[in-house]
Amino acid sequence: MCDQMLRVDLAISRRQAIRCIVAGIGALTLGRARSLFGQARPAAKARAVIQIWMWGGPSHLDTFDPKPDAGYDYCGPFSHPIQTNVDGIIIGELLVNLAKQADKFSIIRSMTHGINAHETAAYVVQTGRPAGGRLVFPSVGAVVSFFKGYQAGYKGLIPPYVVLTEPQGRFSEAGFLGSRYKPFATGGDPAKTPFLVEGIVAEGISTERQRARRQLLSQLDRLAALLKGNPEIAEFEQAGQQAYELILGEGAKVFDLAEEPEALRQEYGMNTFGQSCLMARRLVERGVPYVTINYKGWDTHKQHFQAMRRMLPEMDKAMAALLKDLSERGLLDSTIVWWSGEFGRTPKIDWQPPWNGGRGHWGHVFSAVVAGGGFKGGRVVGASDEKGQHVKERPVYPADLIGSMYLLLGIDHNAALPNPFGLDVRVMGTEADGVKSAGILHEIM
Amino acid sequence: MGLLSTGLGLSAQPVYPRLEAGPPGPARYKIDQLVFSRLGQLGIRPANICSDVVFIRRAYLDLTGTLPPERQVRAFLQDRDLDKRARLIDSLLEADQFADYWAMRWSDILRVKAEFPINLWPNAAQAYYTWIKQAIRDRLPYDQFARQLLTASGSNFTAPQVNFLRATQSKDPVGMAQAVALTFMGFRADAWPQDKWRQMARFFEPLSYKSTGQWKEQIVYFDPTKTVDPNRHFILPDGKDVFVPEGQDPRYAFADWLVVPENPWFAKNIVNRIWYWLMGRGIIHEPDDIRPDNPPSNQQLLAFLQEELVASGWDLRHIYSLIAKSQVYQLSCIPRDDRQEAAVNFAYYPIRRLDAEVLIDAICQITGTTESYSSMIPEPFTFVPQDHRSIALQDGSITSPFLEMFGRPPRDTGLESERNNRITAEQRLHLLNSSHIQRKLVQGPGIRSIMRSGPPGQVINRLYLTILSRFPTPDELQVIDTYVQSGLVNRQQAMQDLAWALVNSVEFLYRH
Repeated sequence: MCDQMLRVDLAISRRQAIRCIVAGIGALTLGRARSLFGQARPAAKARAVIQIWMWGGPSHLDTFDPKPDAGYDYCGPFSHPIQTNVDGIIIGELLVNLAKQADKFSIIRSMTHGINAHETAAYVVQTGRPAGGRLVFPSVGAVVSFFKGYQAGYKGLIPPYVVLTEPQGRFSEAGFLGSRYKPFATGGDPAKTPFLVEGIVAEGISTERQRARRQLLSQLDRLAALLKGNPEIAEFEQAGQQAYELILGEGAKVFDLAEEPEALRQEYGMNTFGQSCLMARRLVERGVPYVTINYKGWDTHKQHFQAMRRMLPEMDKAMAALLKDLSERGLLDSTIVWWSGEFGRTPKIDWQPPWNGGRGHWGHVFSAVVAGGGFKGGRVVGASDEKGQHVKERPVYPADLIGSMYLLLGIDHNAALPNPFGLDVRVMGTEADGVKSAGILHEIM
Repeated sequence: MGLLSTGLGLSAQPVYPRLEAGPPGPARYKIDQLVFSRLGQLGIRPANICSDVVFIRRAYLDLTGTLPPERQVRAFLQDRDLDKRARLIDSLLEADQFADYWAMRWSDILRVKAEFPINLWPNAAQAYYTWIKQAIRDRLPYDQFARQLLTASGSNFTAPQVNFLRATQSKDPVGMAQAVALTFMGFRADAWPQDKWRQMARFFEPLSYKSTGQWKEQIVYFDPTKTVDPNRHFILPDGKDVFVPEGQDPRYAFADWLVVPENPWFAKNIVNRIWYWLMGRGIIHEPDDIRPDNPPSNQQLLAFLQEELVASGWDLRHIYSLIAKSQVYQLSCIPRDDRQEAAVNFAYYPIRRLDAEVLIDAICQITGTTESYSSMIPEPFTFVPQDHRSIALQDGSITSPFLEMFGRPPRDTGLESERNNRITAEQRLHLLNSSHIQRKLVQGPGIRSIMRSGPPGQVINRLYLTILSRFPTPDELQVIDTYVQSGLVNRQQAMQDLAWALVNSVEFLYRH
């Protein structure tokens, strides 16, 4: 009954939901409920993930799921999608550079969760769990940081989960795993010189003065000296050591984009997103397992098409350069690139004021793009209907995509996650947890 | 009582003059008798009594979450009255910041948060917070405080106490029972089997909600038809049976059982929490993990505090006062015994990193700067004026990147452990080198006005008093002089670097 009920989007009554939660708890205490994906075995092809988070929700029709036959009220001015370097795959007409890299990525055109609110949708897409349960689940980045970070022997100077440049806040975060698994948000702007990475690069303070200050601090910090051996102090000193390796040591160099050839920087585009993509490549090259680029500005309720003409070329250029660069360096095989927002946008355009050609939120069907790390390129998974309003074939739920990434990263779906209630919580939820699934993306793995 | 005195035997231990005043004196207070005699049984030496400079800082930070202002530090150090520590405690317990700080700590436990996953909604969260703060400020007796939270009915805007039972993630009777047990009895979800939770949940089962014409208003009320099980007998957590006549809200029967001196957990839970809040470690530890197999480290001490609470008419401030005036509370942070038992039995004051909110308020106070706070969902109710202090933020959804980085509790579960005061490399990086902190130190009016205030010696004194609540020592002055003379930076930069170093020291960042 629960199963049936949970298939009805947005129509779950409170009482039913409670019953289902109670049933879920029952299932947990009586033994492990049936796993969503059976005994899926992790493969460990990927070592890192670059998540391009299309903050606000990008239009699927204008990017990777064009519908040229749906008419002007759906396509607006973008009625001439283009061929890619893979036979039969067409994408939005402004994505000219990505069209030349289509053999490297696969498009999922049947992502769905049915949620039209930013926060809840962002939570579901990045945790694979329904919102509103007893626990706040960690995002994919925090889970990867848990399994691939310090606890797993990661020794890098740079924290294992980096956000370029602004954090999303609570919805992309560590959830019940706690603040140890929160992302390090760089702040600053990689398109500026220097890239003022918050805490690592300070404007106007020379290296010499940094060293002198550090010595002054150690001379004046008498209480620390007096309490040597206290575990709190040992932690404080160790954290300081790590901090100074970033300020004065090798860490700071990782963020110095001036080390990259000017031509390559140009190819990515001399803007925040372009240089963030280049920065992400430098980070995974140095072993950072998870990088999120929070790309703002896609919540285009008003004057959507003007915004697309401005933003899509920038996105296209940077993302195409990233795929090409990763591939040329042999990094694409071990790096998953995941492009997605929290949902798509209303297929039917609202021409009326105040929208003047706008698109609203659309969670019934939207697109995601994956490349590398064991995902095949040049494929399309699933399809939306003729106007891009609903899933036509092969629905893909957030948990399906996330579960597929975990397999490629070698993260066991059944591994336990510590939580404050001491509940039996595994990496992937089950139907009893209210998680919807239509299966792992075997077709592109 | 003379036998319990520990003063004489310990006079030989060295004293760190800046931090310590001398060995503990005769145990005049019951708390001191109980703790020192336990330490005596175990053969553990207590630490020395802390110095005045340590004490004023500790009392301000612990009781009001606020750094002592320079003027108060000077006055306190000059005061020759032998009773000045007790007087300071009395005045801090009456300060506005006492209500601010403890409303914040209670709001963590009571989960005052507008948005996901608690979803009280902004105006209800504000009403709830305001009620909590008033209750603390106006000394609402703790039994009434708990009773109102347990039994209230009405609108989430005008009867703010109803928000306590609304503030659970799962919003089901089991979730409510678990929130009640955690908050008022110190029991966690894993302490009891499921059937026991279901028995307790029956008391909350008839609770119903309905919306009104007002946006996000919700009426919480007793709906007699909602009881699933027609049996009018309810099982209390101690296994006793209680009969609730038909048509009567069983929450009252539950409150009648819980909120009484004889209840085995109600008073114990709260006095143990207050002890934990001030002493950094519970007599039962963790303070919200009361289980038969987690006994108190000092049963007599716990019993004494419970008796005092009941005798005072459930006045929580009386317990704060008893603890803060004891010598045990005033021990220095330098242990004289490294064994784990010394920590467990309160032989010294354990250092702890400042709470996120307290730390940023302290930095703002020193530098004369402000912070901006915002909520995920901007609304009139979540507007926060520029000069608002972080310990007085009403709603867990109103936050800042600094607070998030420094482990402010998300207010998802009500567990004490949600507050994470462990230092990380990222935090140190932020304090050492971020533009955020750098800008406050260099551009904020606070440090700048100190630097313009007089000759170098006075500037250094004032920086120490403002940041560390004490005067510099001669050898510290020597180090600073060498730094200034090095010629590496100009005088002004040298003073900025001094302020920077003090803010990054353990003495500033940790309660000690």
